[in-house]
Amino acid sequence: MKSLQARHAPLADTGYQLTVLSQAEVAGAHWPLFAHKLRETGLLPLRPTSLEVMQINVGKMCNQTCRHCHVDAGPDRTEIMTRATMQLCLDALAQTNIPVVDLTGGAPEMNPDFRWLVEQISALGRQVIVRCNLTIIVANPKYHDLPTFFAWHGVRVVSSLPHFSASRTDAQRGEGVFGRSIRALQMLNEAGYGVAGSGLVLDLVFNPSGAFLPGSQVGLERDFKQRLLREHGVVFNSLLTITNLPVSRFLEYLLESGNYDGYMQKLVDAYNPAAAANVMCRSTLSIGWDGLLYDCDFNQMLDLPVEARAPQHIRDFNEAALTDRAIVVNQHCYGCTAGAGSSCGGATT
Amino acid sequence: MEKSTYYNPADLAKFGNITEWQAEMGSKFFAYYGEVFKEGALSEREKALIALAVAHAVQCPYCIDAYTTDSLQKGADEAQMMEAVHVAAAIKGGAVLVHGVQMMNKAKDLSM
Repeated sequence: MKSLQARHAPLADTGYQLTVLSQAEVAGAHWPLFAHKLRETGLLPLRPTSLEVMQINVGKMCNQTCRHCHVDAGPDRTEIMTRATMQLCLDALAQTNIPVVDLTGGAPEMNPDFRWLVEQISALGRQVIVRCNLTIIVANPKYHDLPTFFAWHGVRVVSSLPHFSASRTDAQRGEGVFGRSIRALQMLNEAGYGVAGSGLVLDLVFNPSGAFLPGSQVGLERDFKQRLLREHGVVFNSLLTITNLPVSRFLEYLLESGNYDGYMQKLVDAYNPAAAANVMCRSTLSIGWDGLLYDCDFNQMLDLPVEARAPQHIRDFNEAALTDRAIVVNQHCYGCTAGAGSSCGGATT
Repeated sequence: MEKSTYYNPADLAKFGNITEWQAEMGSKFFAYYGEVFKEGALSEREKALIALAVAHAVQCPYCIDAYTTDSLQKGADEAQMMEAVHVAAAIKGGAVLVHGVQMMNKAKDLSM
């Protein structure tokens, strides 16, 4: 499987994705505008609460091509953050008290300056989260020591594993991914990750492998813990449930499988005002590989930058101006407000 | 207007409308229904799989759609879902076959 971009698919054009989401191309859809829902909830304009997380997308390059990827990442993507742009992120970080830096991609570890960036953030005394796809650890001998590198810097590892069965994992992430992910999890456990008393945190992410919403985070976590321990001897800390948003390749899957209307209806029907109040964009700043600023990684992948009157690039970072911005919303935002809510940190209610 | 089928998938979403003609009983039913499916001595996933099996036994297409989705949402995989259907099939088949004992008893009563 190749990225939408490499296939020259219509959905590689984010303008076209937004057209689909705005219902112009979909017959029979009558979903209320997300902004109107927020107004009913008393949350429009949506404002940041405080800046808690700087999420840096260090590039779209990835060793996997998952069917649901909202980044349209893959081995054929070459856009990655330069060290100069990373330095701008560090300069901005140093001006603030933002406690957490969340590194994502693609596979962030494939950026040649990834380890340097982790070291610099650690030197500033901030918590690093790495969104590790697991298979990168076993993809090449040069990545085999990642678990010990992560442990040395106290990195919190957050990794997608959509199911404890091979069939459901491989259906989403590619043939053989489950087996390689289990091997990587065992290597992380050997380095102390997920092991009680080690202080090294390993969280797994459940995102549904299909057109349905995630169930209860608590119930799923218990099942994952039992099955992974019993069948593979794997331990981890918490399971985070994340709803797939109708963006990029997941949007392609929904349209091609005939599930788009039903899925959007599910998201709209499950709108939860409490989840709307807790959306992650209120406490996150998302930075693209080229240094442009966004309200979240999904807006980033839809080329929806932060509000025009706010700084647009990390070189112009200004915490006060960014905290005063109105967050940009669109129809995909229903994904973060459905049911128990969804964020990069799992359910929000 | 003549309907082409007895079952319409869109009717599942209208299930709640049964309260329009009998509010008290309908409301009590839905309150009970919601209570039944909460996490308890059985997990939500186990309850979804039981519901899936029963849905097959009572051959309710609405329930099969609803509890296939619910089982996936609660984290069940294909193997668990198909085993649940086999449990329903085994009980349905067994219920037929165990009456074979009654048939044998009666046949013996009538026979020399």
